[in-house]
Amino acid sequence: MDWSRILPIVLGEFFAPTTAAYALAAIGLNIHFGLTGLLNMGQAGFMLLGAYGFAIATIAGWPLWAAVLVAIAAATVFALILGIPTLKLRGDYLAIVTIAAAEIVRLVGRSTALTDLTGASSGLRGNQYKYTFQDASPFPDGNWAIGPFEYAVNASNSWWLRIVGWAVVLLACLLVWLLIRSPWGRVLKGIREDEDAVRSLGKNVYSYKMQSLVLGGVIGAVAGILYVLPRAVQPDSMGRSMTFFVWTILLLGGAATVFGPVLGSIIFWAVLAFIKITMREVVPTTVLRNEQIEQFGWIIVGVTLMLLIIFRPQGILGDKKELAINAH
Amino acid sequence: MLDSAAEPLLAHDPNGRRSQVRSRVLDRSAPLLQARRTAAPLLLLLALAAMTLVAAPAQAGAPVATAAAPACVADASTGCIVGTLRTSTGDPVTGAVVTAVGPAGELTATSDATGRWSIPVTDPGEYVVTLDVATIPAGEVLRDPGNNPRTVQVGLGASAAALFPLGEPAAGGSGGGDEPSDGPTPTPGTDDGGTQSSSTGGGGITASRVAQLTVNGLVFGTLLALASVGLSLIYGTTGLSNFAHGEQVSLGGILAYVGTQLVGLPLIPSAIIAVLLGAATGWLQDAFLWRPLRRRGVGMIQQMIVTIGLSMAISYVYQFFFGAGPLRIVTETPTSVTLGPVRLTVTTLWSMLIAVVALGAVAYFLLRTRAGRATRAVSDNPALSAASGISVNRTIRLVWVIGAGLAALGGVLVGLYFGATSWYSGGAMLLLMFAAVTLGGLGAAFGALAGSIVIGLVVELSSLWIPTDMRYASALVILILVLLVRPQGILGRATRVG
Repeated sequence: MDWSRILPIVLGEFFAPTTAAYALAAIGLNIHFGLTGLLNMGQAGFMLLGAYGFAIATIAGWPLWAAVLVAIAAATVFALILGIPTLKLRGDYLAIVTIAAAEIVRLVGRSTALTDLTGASSGLRGNQYKYTFQDASPFPDGNWAIGPFEYAVNASNSWWLRIVGWAVVLLACLLVWLLIRSPWGRVLKGIREDEDAVRSLGKNVYSYKMQSLVLGGVIGAVAGILYVLPRAVQPDSMGRSMTFFVWTILLLGGAATVFGPVLGSIIFWAVLAFIKITMREVVPTTVLRNEQIEQFGWIIVGVTLMLLIIFRPQGILGDKKELAINAH
Repeated sequence: MLDSAAEPLLAHDPNGRRSQVRSRVLDRSAPLLQARRTAAPLLLLLALAAMTLVAAPAQAGAPVATAAAPACVADASTGCIVGTLRTSTGDPVTGAVVTAVGPAGELTATSDATGRWSIPVTDPGEYVVTLDVATIPAGEVLRDPGNNPRTVQVGLGASAAALFPLGEPAAGGSGGGDEPSDGPTPTPGTDDGGTQSSSTGGGGITASRVAQLTVNGLVFGTLLALASVGLSLIYGTTGLSNFAHGEQVSLGGILAYVGTQLVGLPLIPSAIIAVLLGAATGWLQDAFLWRPLRRRGVGMIQQMIVTIGLSMAISYVYQFFFGAGPLRIVTETPTSVTLGPVRLTVTTLWSMLIAVVALGAVAYFLLRTRAGRATRAVSDNPALSAASGISVNRTIRLVWVIGAGLAALGGVLVGLYFGATSWYSGGAMLLLMFAAVTLGGLGAAFGALAGSIVIGLVVELSSLWIPTDMRYASALVILILVLLVRPQGILGRATRVG
């Protein structure tokens, strides 16, 4: 095995924009699930809506800040629509409705009837909406190399995107840290542990849950923007499996912790890259074709999710006493 | 370390055990405490649904023909896989689905009115490009079937062509079969069904079209019922929302494909073997996964997340062994019959008969046999039925076997109905099953049957007004509406669900 080739790729995953996007999506899910106990199985729907909102607004000629606001507004409206019928119902209803709603977003987005707006199943090309973000960069164009990592400064999969992405992730971590310690966060945790008890203290549980759903969804939408900036908006790549990856990341790092989602995302992508590259090096293509190695990686993800939730639901950083998944 | 489920509760609260029991009783069968609802959210959601339904045809009315998907333009960060599909007579093929699997994941494209399709990719490398043969027009075949799927090398800033020449069909291009891509019949679910050119949406509403769609809806609903009755029974007896049930459906289709195409058995024996093996996986799953989890006291939410991981793992196992393309269980063109305004294939008629017999048998089992009464008792109240001498675990085992067997049967019949099965044919139906089960009332087996028929009709008939590739979305909108208005479903008892 050629370690000098494998290591840079695996280490590159540590701070790749995709890792940041998934970390941010998991932070949003952490507010839903880790703090409030909401079973949101449609995080990819929030991300896709954010991506569409941002991309379509930019293509329509709106400035960067306005496009981001559109994404945030789209996620807010989506969260309100989802929350109104389901937050009063039992947890598994929310799971079914959120997964169905995310699927509706994807089905409508990829419909050929909306080709003008969303580009149907082939989606929106990155170059149509990347320019406002790239123009906002204060750095000169060119390439920077730090050790073995060489990326463009501003274009597409760039240092600029990495800097902004991780800055947003750190800000979100700070926000979660402050929220957990605030009275508001304590109410959310109370809802997670025992909804009836919180209700009997005179708190409007429904309203708190709704705020949590909106906040986490908005963070998910921003994650969606980060996710599509180095690539294209492809509705089919932001479907159910994306939600499941976010869940795996959250449970891996540890729900109800501040840095769990970040750690989970880094480990998830680095280990996945390591497994795939190593298998490509070791296993001849006559035994396993390239896409089979790809699929093998996802099989491992599925099995990991099962084992994690059974044997270590609190993840790497979590506290078993803190997180009572079945409290209600 | 190892026992994690009940522990957090206990650690917090010495009465954790009791509160668990209490919440379970509340969840299952407790007093008729309907969640209070205000009119405002209801109106809001209705308005939303109306918007969805109204906006769609308005969009469909826009000049779809000119709105060809923006062709992929290769640049520094994008590469393209492109191709043009023409029939043997040189006409462009519209609405054919091409899937590329590679470093950027799985991407699909649909050919436009000029037969062109393009897939932009952001990661260079090898892509396996598959043309979904079930989406090309009836009677057309690939000139070189060995070339599908094919592998292309894509670099950034470059276009790679993947051509799939059609032609030389053995006998005449329009050889009469009711191919799935023909007319309003559903297209195979290699992706979420939305594989047709959507120009049919908003097309004329004629009596014969309504009749055809109604029959299609009844057929699809009945097939859906096979899958969702099992899902509902499992939910009823164990409280588990099984997100891996779609993979049980796919399993039936894939096993039938293995039987007919790889082993070379005739259809009927391989279908029977597929159903038996499917039922066996239900037994195995309960014996080696769910029973141990129940014994450990792993909570319902955790078990639900286990089913999600399981669903992901199994679906990629299918892809690993059988690829991402469609798998045809039967390769001959089916013969079709015309009944008044309605065209159906003979296979579909037999499928319906088999499905109705199977559903009737389940109904007889639930209503008339001892084990069936025990099943209903466990659904109602596991603690009480255990106390009155019913073996709850044996009942649950039986339900898993029946549920998985029905799902496998559904998978075989759906594969025959749509012309092909695939790793995703069950996964695409999963949310429709949930919609049907919720509509009928979670856990009510007969409710799931009724709900499935309704969902089947809604899915098919909604394509009268909205584009065909959005019709699955209409069923999911209904799911959300039902939860808003009547969360216990059509036949469910009013129980507290909040």
